[in-house]
Amino acid sequence: MKTKVLAIDDSRTIRNLLAACLEEAGFEYHSAVDGREGVDIYPDIAPDVVITDINMPNLDGFGVIEELRGEDINSKVPILVLTTESSADLKARARSAGATGWITKPFDDDSLIFALKRVTGAVA
Amino acid sequence: MTGSILDTFFEECEELLEAMDAGLAAIEEGDQDPETVNAVFRAVHSIKGGAGAFGLDDLVAFAHNFETVFDDVRSNKLELDEKLIQLLFRASDHLSDLVTCARDGGEVDQAHHDVLISALGEYIDDEEEELVFEPMGVGAAFDPTPLAPLAEVQEARYDIRFHPLKEMFDTGNEPYFLFQALSDLGALSVRLDDSELPGFEAMEDGESYLSWELTLVTSESRSAIEAVFEFVEGLCELSISSEGEDEDDADALAALNAAFGLAPAEEESAVALPLEKPTPEANETPAPAPASVEAPVEAEAAADMEPDAEHERAAEKTAEAKKETAKSSGPKPTLRVELDRVDRLINAVGELIINHSMLAQQIANLDVTDTRDVETELEGFKNLARDIQEGVMAIRAQPVKPLFQRMARIVREASAATGKTAKLITIGETTEVDKTVIERLADPLTHILRNAVDHGIEKPEVRVAAGKGKIGEIRLTAAHRSGSVCIEVKDDGAGLNRKKIRQIAIDKGLIPENAELNDGEIDNLLFLPGFSTATEISNLSGRGVGMDVVKNAVGALGGRVNISSTPGEGSVFSIILPLTLAVMDGMVVSVAGHTMVVPITAIVETMRGNDDMINNLGADGTLLSIRGSFVPICDVASSLGLRSSSHSEPAGVYLLVETENGDRCALAVDDIHDQRQVVIKSLDGVCGNVPGVSAATILGDGKIAMILDPESIVTASSSAAVFDTERRMNNAIAS
Repeated sequence: MKTKVLAIDDSRTIRNLLAACLEEAGFEYHSAVDGREGVDIYPDIAPDVVITDINMPNLDGFGVIEELRGEDINSKVPILVLTTESSADLKARARSAGATGWITKPFDDDSLIFALKRVTGAVA
Repeated sequence: MTGSILDTFFEECEELLEAMDAGLAAIEEGDQDPETVNAVFRAVHSIKGGAGAFGLDDLVAFAHNFETVFDDVRSNKLELDEKLIQLLFRASDHLSDLVTCARDGGEVDQAHHDVLISALGEYIDDEEEELVFEPMGVGAAFDPTPLAPLAEVQEARYDIRFHPLKEMFDTGNEPYFLFQALSDLGALSVRLDDSELPGFEAMEDGESYLSWELTLVTSESRSAIEAVFEFVEGLCELSISSEGEDEDDADALAALNAAFGLAPAEEESAVALPLEKPTPEANETPAPAPASVEAPVEAEAAADMEPDAEHERAAEKTAEAKKETAKSSGPKPTLRVELDRVDRLINAVGELIINHSMLAQQIANLDVTDTRDVETELEGFKNLARDIQEGVMAIRAQPVKPLFQRMARIVREASAATGKTAKLITIGETTEVDKTVIERLADPLTHILRNAVDHGIEKPEVRVAAGKGKIGEIRLTAAHRSGSVCIEVKDDGAGLNRKKIRQIAIDKGLIPENAELNDGEIDNLLFLPGFSTATEISNLSGRGVGMDVVKNAVGALGGRVNISSTPGEGSVFSIILPLTLAVMDGMVVSVAGHTMVVPITAIVETMRGNDDMINNLGADGTLLSIRGSFVPICDVASSLGLRSSSHSEPAGVYLLVETENGDRCALAVDDIHDQRQVVIKSLDGVCGNVPGVSAATILGDGKIAMILDPESIVTASSSAAVFDTERRMNNAIAS
């Protein structure tokens, strides 16, 4: 069984980079162009892990985490935040919203896979 | 693979830059919607993010400064005044240059770059400046490959005690996976400590009672182990100890700080994070710190976060409400297709149309009496082909908006360079034009707009003295007009200085001193090669290119350009272009035994003449009398050199055409056969520029026919003299 990843990012470039990296590493890759779409398609995809950007139109990354952890969906799925800022402040905020971990943009493939491994146990 | 992603990145940059410009323009117009600011912020942010992934450091650094300022605007720390908006515009222009440089290579104007960086810097607090973006991936610190020198691969035994706090489970972290990751580093043994489990009755839901004692024998460095626990720092009690590990302690701390993105100077605050740092003493007694010590810190951190989160939630709600409205009018789903594929499709459709006319020809040649049924079907085929063609054209059609947005920049730069104030107002941005046309319009439009600012718009004080507003207005309009596109640049400046234009033309020997020219003709002198009104070479328009470049560029697109001007009120440049460059409606005529095509758009009317209508004038001038007025006749055959001009004029067929300056001329041809859609096959690269011929097409019988360019036929047939005669005639008749 492939580990299913749902990547939410409004940048096509980042989505492509994620897709290239994850598919090569043997993950099943799904993506959404903003937080709203991400949350909307979440139940259909039922991913094993969510990777979300912070700055997005319609619904930002914090909103994604809140909705996924919120009462309607009440998911415990690991959520990795993809962020350009590596400030402790931002990480703390993401975590308090319920994020599992973070990946700093630009990411390199190894560290992304390593992070995914630590939150999903994926053997990819 | 990365190459294609890089291409995507640049494509995306184009879109983001457009979005950014549109947002800035909206803000300049007084748009107060926070979402507008957000959108611009996100655009810059995304460019930065992508640029980071490809190591485009210049771009990242500049975007970061730009973004920081915008972040302050977003959070209302900065007020968007006129000065800041102008700076943001310049920064956005520069960002666009940086993207172009990154894509095509080349040098950025370093001085300009520095000026903008420092200008942006003035808006950035020192405090914020410290959070300078570090393009460092997590991997640098956490790469599970050993950080220690490879030479001394030593196995060490680490004792790890791990007790998750209940908060850890709210974040979706799972101890099992952490242990799994640890086991990748070496030989791991795990022992569960359930001694803290209370009796079943005393157990509280969601509380964390379990802890683990792990032993890892690994050659990896300590930081690799810490990296595994990166996401759960502060959410667990953790101690890692090993024999004789003191020396790599500092190393581990540095790595950990790096992981947190903290500069060494900020180590103090790193310690404030409730992470268990094993000190040498702790090594002796590896008991976890009491929870009571942990708790206050945790609570404090939570308290710190609370207002933030609260604020965030409130903001979220308003954003939510906005989104609901935005969603309904959101962008339609689109498909990105390579241009090559569309071009192939267009070619195929062209062949289909040619194929249709061939079929029609074949059927007409058949020796069959009743072809009605076939003809009906053929008609259906023709309609379908036309539908397909229109559909394909619609794929290539794009709104002129991005082009117009780029023009706003031209006006800004031109204004700055000339010390004038001018603003560009765009109308009809949604007008759709063939992509190729849009691309090739950029240069002529740029030129016209620069001219409008440089020559058209007066200096502010002059404007005020003339009773006009201080800020000059340039209107850029696009509209569809009966099968063609009309792009108009209208300024409210001083208008063309005809006296000066005339004088310059005489000085340059372009016209004789005693030439009698009407206003329209004087205006058209601007299009003569080598003409320039700039008395001194300015930075802007004295580049050795004149309006003739504009005329040629527009002409190459099958369009024409007109000028009209009112002294004191401004000038209008209109460019009229065909909707597409691939197919057009044409009239099939025969000229001296050759079949040729005349574009329908150029033809005003057609008529069959008789001898009474022809009036000879002078040595070789002939005029056609139409409803009381006279129009010069231009014999296409002789103009193309297919017949000698002494050939006696037959009472043939005339196509009344209108040239770009509004003059009319009757093209004499032998016969008109048909009016039909023809596929334009460019002659570029096949043969050079042929006067009188703009392109070729393939007819139903498979033969090639030339597509005529009425404009240049008229010019070639010594028409200047003819027109002059005609005007004098008309004047004589009028007086």
